[in-house]
Amino acid sequence: MPDTTDLQTVKPLKLIVVGNGMVGHKFIENVVNHPDHENYQVITFSEEPRLAYDRVQLSAYFSGKTADDLMLTSEDYYDQHGVKYIIKDKVSTIDRAAKTITTESGRVESYDKLILATGSFPFVPPIPGGDAEHCLVYRTIEDLERITASAKGSKVGVVIGGGLLGLECAKALHNLNLEAHVVEFAPRLMAVQLDEGGGALLRTKIEDLGVHVHTEKNTKEIVAGETCRYRMNFADGSHIETDMIVFSAGIRPQDELARQFDIAIGERGGITIDDNCLTSDKDIYAIGECALWDGKIFGLVAPGYTMAKAAVSHITGGSEQFTGADMSTKLKLMGVDVASIGDAHARTEGAQTYTYINDAEGIYKRLIVSADKSTLLGVVLVGDTDAYGTLLPMMLEKMQLPDAPEVLILPQVEGGASAFGVAALPDSALICSCHDVTKGDLIEAIHAGATELSELKSCTKAGTGCGGCSAMVGQVLNAELENMGMEVNNNLCEHFEYTRQELFDVIRTKKIKTFDELLEQYGSGHGCMTCKPAVGSMLATYWNEYVLSDDNIQLQDTNDIFLGNMQKDGTYSVVPRIAAGEISAQGLIDLGQIGVKYDLYTKITGGQRIDFFGAQLHELPLIWDELIQAGFETGHAYGKSLRTVKSCVGSTWCRYGMMDSVSMAINLEMRYKGLRSPHKFKLGVSGCTRECAEAQSKDFGVIATDKGWNLYVCGNGGMKPRHGDLFASDLDDATLIKYIDRILMFYCRTADRLQRTSVWMDNMEGGLDYLKSVVIDDKLGLCEDFETDMNRVIDTYECEWKKTLNNPERLKRFAHFINSDATDDRLAYEADRGQSKARIAQPSVRESKAKGEEIPALEV
Amino acid sequence: MSNINWETICNVSDINKNTGVCALHNGEQVAIFKVGKEEQLFALQNYDPFGEANVLSRGIIGDVDGQLVLASPLYKQQFSLESGKCLEDDSVILKTYMVRQQDGLVQLQA
Repeated sequence: MPDTTDLQTVKPLKLIVVGNGMVGHKFIENVVNHPDHENYQVITFSEEPRLAYDRVQLSAYFSGKTADDLMLTSEDYYDQHGVKYIIKDKVSTIDRAAKTITTESGRVESYDKLILATGSFPFVPPIPGGDAEHCLVYRTIEDLERITASAKGSKVGVVIGGGLLGLECAKALHNLNLEAHVVEFAPRLMAVQLDEGGGALLRTKIEDLGVHVHTEKNTKEIVAGETCRYRMNFADGSHIETDMIVFSAGIRPQDELARQFDIAIGERGGITIDDNCLTSDKDIYAIGECALWDGKIFGLVAPGYTMAKAAVSHITGGSEQFTGADMSTKLKLMGVDVASIGDAHARTEGAQTYTYINDAEGIYKRLIVSADKSTLLGVVLVGDTDAYGTLLPMMLEKMQLPDAPEVLILPQVEGGASAFGVAALPDSALICSCHDVTKGDLIEAIHAGATELSELKSCTKAGTGCGGCSAMVGQVLNAELENMGMEVNNNLCEHFEYTRQELFDVIRTKKIKTFDELLEQYGSGHGCMTCKPAVGSMLATYWNEYVLSDDNIQLQDTNDIFLGNMQKDGTYSVVPRIAAGEISAQGLIDLGQIGVKYDLYTKITGGQRIDFFGAQLHELPLIWDELIQAGFETGHAYGKSLRTVKSCVGSTWCRYGMMDSVSMAINLEMRYKGLRSPHKFKLGVSGCTRECAEAQSKDFGVIATDKGWNLYVCGNGGMKPRHGDLFASDLDDATLIKYIDRILMFYCRTADRLQRTSVWMDNMEGGLDYLKSVVIDDKLGLCEDFETDMNRVIDTYECEWKKTLNNPERLKRFAHFINSDATDDRLAYEADRGQSKARIAQPSVRESKAKGEEIPALEV
Repeated sequence: MSNINWETICNVSDINKNTGVCALHNGEQVAIFKVGKEEQLFALQNYDPFGEANVLSRGIIGDVDGQLVLASPLYKQQFSLESGKCLEDDSVILKTYMVRQQDGLVQLQA
């Protein structure tokens, strides 16, 4: 772009982004990730009190997610990239001649290019009485806070509007224990996306969940009620009474600024833009829901993202344009899968349709094809949306349909080849519409080395938005690896030509109890440091036999083999179990006395327990004997097994506690203690959504609400932090435990060796939804097995230290020398902060000591 | 052979199969390992030159491409049980010791 190059070398081009919603933020992200980002300076204004958050996931706020969880960016991120941000200040004036803007607080900024990303506002129909105190809208976090507050004093709630957002909102009201109603003007729910059959099935399913649906209702007025706060009178003479009303009757583009300052807008609103997202002013762009392209407003996030990309491309001299967007959607509404593709209403001339209805399972599928049956025009899916991923590209790419198109929606028969796999898709097929990732993009990343699902997702972002395409991403990966002739070698090691999962199945089905047996029948050689601990762990998960038995001892790695964590000088740490971090004062005294007696360095761990360091091999049994006498048991800090269940104090003391988090944490810790798993795992239980136990960073996080427990899964702190995914809400104790039992056993069976639950989840084809189908719907028919396996482990639990102490033969190993009572002479420590073994001395100091030399460092 | 003196360390049965023990031998720490059904014995220095600690007797035994190895419990370098050679670093060779089974006893060459 020769015309601006000179300017940019002089000083950066100043871009002002009005509105910091999802699309405004996407624009900024695209600028800062652009190779020439140094040529641009970005300032963004937001009238909301916080930076961009994920409005698509807004309803998650009701199920326990906090505003922080929903954030898409942070002040740190903007600071790091030199983006200036001003929140709680609305841009109120544009001076197009001077190229400046002024805010409500009087701030004036000049711009080179102005980007309007002002989004939309909820449409509130002009109904008399619609401005009453408890008549609300559903758009921002603040709106949700108002809804929650209003619900507290309400028994009945009505949502006006039976579209996607309206139904989400009705679900939220239902969850807030209100009698929830949906009032819709059209004859069916989700009238834009669904046809009559689909809408009817959705209605049945939603009514089954306890939400009342009223269609073809035109609200005439809202007046004072008799049994509730308000009465809504409908045009047909009927009425309902309600304490609160939420309007969710569509959106209107926020085009106020354009309107006031003479930028062209459409007849029915919306800032008119061209393919470059330019408005009628050559220095002003509009993107997202405020923009009108070809007479259309796009109320979805994906087209907004594409506009953001096009605008950045135009500013930076690229060639990407916005050329319209597909409005197909797939979502889960109140637990009901719903999808709509293309011409769902069969409005194309001559369109032919195929319908599949399964009343027993509540499934409705309709295929709309061209008159000659050669191409797909539209699809409606309710109850089962698995086909969405393959059908959408078929419609978009106008792919040739099979001779009998109905096979695309008929249930797959066992053994029948799937008619259309991902292999048939062209490279241009869009796989992830949230992040605009095509099949070609995925293939490029796979060729560049992202050969694991988790890597592929993190480098392309595919599957990390709504997650709906996660299974497709996995299928593309597998198909491409096969294409490349790459044999994916997941063999455990050179000794076993099986994956960990296959070996686990062998152990289970062939009832194999020892490593030697397994090696003889299914492996070769002597084994190694990879397969031995892995097999040791699997045997322990399934059979739960003593890890130091004659057969098992050879399999144990550094820590398990002496039931302690080896430190860098060869001494061990000792960690007794302090379930949920609850310990009596007497318990602390007992621990203190043992620590003093054996002169151990003492520290509180991150998992709410106490760690002793500096115990020599021969001291381990002595220390453990005293610990067990004092009522403690092993904490399994050395094992790939449950570490701790962290808890906050909960409702027994805390003013905010909703439930007794300590008791639940103790229950869980006592239940899963000792279970050997592919890697260590941690739990956390918080007594309320303030989340003091940081449960969402644990493999299993449990958070109390006023209606039960919310379960989060596959979180992680550590090297690559990951917030847990909300797996299920408002559970009672028994269901919570049942779900954790099942997930844990599924993880133990199917994870790779040393794979934490977070990576296991990221690698799972189908992701969270798949895990739910296995654990909640028992899709694989394995849940009973999982529970049996878990119960066997729980029933056979023994404290490994207690068992070891009772066996003199076993204790012989706990000596530095087999032929002498001497101890290792290469140990030396430095005192500090009141502890004599504050740290291990330098190797040179330890060496001097071993040689019998004076060690001045120690005398200081 | 008869000139060689052997020092008895322990019973063969004192060593669990496929694990090691540490012996104090002429003032040195020696790690002794018992491998496989044949109960083959190997002896290496107990000192781990990478981790700088006396811990090798507590490592895990295995084979790599048919060669019997010991993995250090600290940082997992592998050493040939036969030669003491480090697989990850050619320049490091552990001291090896002559070890044998005699009448159910483990003996190191004196």
